[in-house]
Amino acid sequence: MKKRRNPSETMFQLLNYAVFALFTLACVFPFYYIFINTISDNHLVKTGKILLLPSGIQFSNYLQVFQLRGLGNAAFISVARTVLGTLFTLVGSCFLGYTLSKGEMWQRKFWYRFVIITMYFNAGLIPWYVTMKNLGLTNNFWAYVLPGIVSPFFLILFKTYVESIPASLEESAQLDGAGYMVRFVRIVLPLATPIIATIAVFASVGQWNSFLDTVFLMRQSKFFTLQYVLYQYLNEVNAVAATLRNSPTAQHLDPSKLLSPASIRMTISMVVVLPILFVYPFFQRFFVKGIMIGAVKG
Amino acid sequence: MLQSDARQHGIQRRTGIVKQFVGMRPGTKLFLLSAPFLLLVFIFSYLPLYGWIYAFFEYRAGLKIFETKFIGFKYFLSLVNNPVTASEIVRVLRNTFVMSFLGILTSWMPVAFAIFLSEMRSKKIRGIIQTLSTLPNFISWILVYSVVWSMFSVGDGFLNRLLLTLNLVDTEINFLASTEHVWLTMLGYQIWKGLGWSAIMYLAAITSIDQEQYEAATVDGAGRFRCIWHITVPGLMPTYFVLLLLSIANFINNGMEQYFVFQNPMNKAFIEVLDLYVYNKGMIGNNIPYATVVSMLKSIVSIVLLFTANKMSKSVRGESIL
Repeated sequence: MKKRRNPSETMFQLLNYAVFALFTLACVFPFYYIFINTISDNHLVKTGKILLLPSGIQFSNYLQVFQLRGLGNAAFISVARTVLGTLFTLVGSCFLGYTLSKGEMWQRKFWYRFVIITMYFNAGLIPWYVTMKNLGLTNNFWAYVLPGIVSPFFLILFKTYVESIPASLEESAQLDGAGYMVRFVRIVLPLATPIIATIAVFASVGQWNSFLDTVFLMRQSKFFTLQYVLYQYLNEVNAVAATLRNSPTAQHLDPSKLLSPASIRMTISMVVVLPILFVYPFFQRFFVKGIMIGAVKG
Repeated sequence: MLQSDARQHGIQRRTGIVKQFVGMRPGTKLFLLSAPFLLLVFIFSYLPLYGWIYAFFEYRAGLKIFETKFIGFKYFLSLVNNPVTASEIVRVLRNTFVMSFLGILTSWMPVAFAIFLSEMRSKKIRGIIQTLSTLPNFISWILVYSVVWSMFSVGDGFLNRLLLTLNLVDTEINFLASTEHVWLTMLGYQIWKGLGWSAIMYLAAITSIDQEQYEAATVDGAGRFRCIWHITVPGLMPTYFVLLLLSIANFINNGMEQYFVFQNPMNKAFIEVLDLYVYNKGMIGNNIPYATVVSMLKSIVSIVLLFTANKMSKSVRGESIL
């Protein structure tokens, strides 16, 4: 469909492009700004010279922040919870989504509501915390994984997708004597790879970004995640900078490499955001697909 | 001998169980397969309801419930009788309502974003804008805080550096210490983070609108804005309505991550929403019975809101949102 080109049309298009360009810039520029500040000469950063372009490029900030106590361990915890949490939620939410898609399931409607309503309703923070404590899930790595095994949102995504697979495929396997487990593994899962990928992406981003569960449940620093450590450093960054400056390795560093509080903040922020920036362009289409399937039902 | 006997016996027993399982009605079988996962849902989402009894006892962390004194409705009554808590609750409810209301008030923005984006001619640029503008949705609120800080802070913030370089100001402006417009600032961060993402659903809905309608309207002499107003907007209304109902159902659940990260002693009076208040009272202040009372009432109100929204959805659309 070709539209006539007239002055008002051109004006409209220009204005439209301009507004969107501005908003998009506002979404992306902060990350760029933080990045150039972490790779530039720290002396220039400190005196406020780095505005739009990096200068005196160096990467020692990244090496230095990983000497901060706890950061390596926090990175390990973050990766571990992302990997395990994603795997477990895939198994739990997909399998339950499958069984709840079957009309012959005993009291199917009741159990479906039983799961879905937890999206909107919970007992409240304090009763939940006391329960977690009684279950031994405070200061325990599994507190990051177990509560997320059945996620109502992922369950809906999977169930909706499975219901669109022609029933005849499963029926023929059923005639060959395949039980539910065999059909789930051999027939449903291979056909559902697009939605599994979507759920995996959602789940891993969610796990990576998750932060409040550490605040609520963890007191021991060996369970802190990168997000939590970043939060701590954002709040007490001056003290951290002093420790780093006085550390034996930092004594003989030249001023261009010396970390200021600002460079620490920005460098850790980059460490936390880089994994997402890397995977994001590849995964974006999965997100879009997921939100569209999810839109079918709440 | 004995061992192999035992093993054989074990195998027999196991095949017995398997046989029993195979012979079961499919419905029961499915239920048994799902049971472990349903149990997890029960443990993590329903078991905590038991904790509501802490609202009626003088409970302190680490004690057993029977060691503590039964106090009945003392903390429920303190919500209205005690002037200090009453004024706190009023303030917290005000913040909660204002934030949710602002959210609903700006809920047209993703619709407009999607409509104007789809009016763009170049498909490639459209894709790029869509990708880049959804990016902030995938970072945590802590990173948003870090981003805000590196944009607006004194000394290292981009905006102050820019203003100084352009000689527009002599001394840096401390944007972040301002306690004015806390609500609008928080709303602004929410829009920055979520606008592009929320628009995706509407973009999808736009592509499913029948293109022939536009062609017919254009033939009849309708311009761009008439097409948008009479075809696109009505086409998006069902989606908008569902999302609006969901935000009504979540009116008092505005979460706490954002407010937790951005709270400081200066803006606390404006930023403390219900969820954050419960956290500050119960986990920082250690007043478990009182915090339980507040979260209990909140849960009850939110389930009422949910069923109201569901009923509205059923009567207007003939479809439930549950």
